[in-house]
Amino acid sequence: MAEEKTKLQRQAMCDRLAMEFQDDWIVNLGVGMPTLCSNYVDPTKDLIFHSENGVIGYGPLAPAGEEDKHLVNAGGQNVIALPGMAIVHHADSFALIRGGMVDVTVMGAYEVAENGDFANWRIPNRKGGGIGGAMDLAACAKQVFIAMEHTTRDGKPRMLKRCALPITAPGVVTLVATDLGLFKVTPQGFELLENAPGWSPEEIQELTEAELVISSDLKEFRFRD
Amino acid sequence: MKNKIYSSFDEAVADIQDGATFMSPGFSGVGVPRNLLAALHRQGARNLTGISNNCGTLDEKIDVGTVIESGQVKKMFAAFTSPTHPSQISPFVRMYNDGEIEAETVPQGTLAERIRAAASGIGAFYTPASVGTELAEGKEHREINGRTYVLEYPLHADFAFIRAWRADTFGNLQFRLTQRNFNPIMAMAAKITIVEVEDDIVPVGDLDPDKVHVPGVYVNRLVRIPPDGIFD
Repeated sequence: MAEEKTKLQRQAMCDRLAMEFQDDWIVNLGVGMPTLCSNYVDPTKDLIFHSENGVIGYGPLAPAGEEDKHLVNAGGQNVIALPGMAIVHHADSFALIRGGMVDVTVMGAYEVAENGDFANWRIPNRKGGGIGGAMDLAACAKQVFIAMEHTTRDGKPRMLKRCALPITAPGVVTLVATDLGLFKVTPQGFELLENAPGWSPEEIQELTEAELVISSDLKEFRFRD
Repeated sequence: MKNKIYSSFDEAVADIQDGATFMSPGFSGVGVPRNLLAALHRQGARNLTGISNNCGTLDEKIDVGTVIESGQVKKMFAAFTSPTHPSQISPFVRMYNDGEIEAETVPQGTLAERIRAAASGIGAFYTPASVGTELAEGKEHREINGRTYVLEYPLHADFAFIRAWRADTFGNLQFRLTQRNFNPIMAMAAKITIVEVEDDIVPVGDLDPDKVHVPGVYVNRLVRIPPDGIFD
């Protein structure tokens, strides 16, 4: 059975997305799994981490005993101040976002569709939503990367033809890392760029509602060196 | 110069009437005016409308959830009106699901800009956030230079509760690091701005004018957090 095979760990998924960050990019990491992207460090690239609570250029998580109670990232984790860090208020932080300064935002999702729509803020039959800054970021960042498990806990696909859940933004997702591989959103749909070790494109397709385009240059999933 | 310093939080919130609208800043537990919210809870005004990033957390700390749980709030404007994880059932979530409180879910950047618009005399503004989602349904859309935007209106308030790091006696304010978050824009948007000061209230003239984050003209009342107050 396919389910018994090893899937990718969350850190490996986030490492792979972080490998796509380019020198000098302003990066915004969503709460939860995407924060793992900051554990992948490429010394050849200078990245600037932005958090929606108005901190531009923060560093790694603060070691125990070195926390400053006034300095947290979007997930409320205490982080280290880096030289050159700047603080703005919330409206200016989102001016930076809507103004198109953020090169990439990495978010989790419940569903992603082959047209680049994604859903991550509201579950049906539940009142309200946890939208946070996701709609502003999704609409205005230059790229949206998604890190998520390929299927729901009960095995249903999350990579869909069209989102069933209320969407966060239309047509914005560019790259998806799941526990089964790396996928680019193209005008033809999801292109499978890299497969998890031991998973054939056919096996990945079985767990995907959308029709996958298999890259002519399909590779095995790239891990950190 | 008018004395803005109040001796207690209870005195500073004494005139808040039933039906008032209040703003409560803070993000991830930092910059939350916990002492003023505790005083509002003791004061007991009801039928309030709240404007805040979230609707209270699950921890034991006093926050906007404290006055929601006590039934003082009829409606919230917030970026989080459901838990980030289904297992997190805060008092607000239970009351919202039971129809005991109303709420409007606002994208966080739109929330911040609606507050800034109120502070800066802007009648309305167009934003690309939420276009194509259910939150934009029923709102006026407009295409400008090939991009679609939705129209959003300002959010005004009668009172803002503010947590500052340092103030002078005129009410000029400074914040530390991410304590700033919604504090400056809320301080500027409300009719009456009440500030709890964490570190010190210094004589007027002691703050460098180039390092003032909120000018004192926006600030009406100041209370220094006493040693037995809430500092986190």
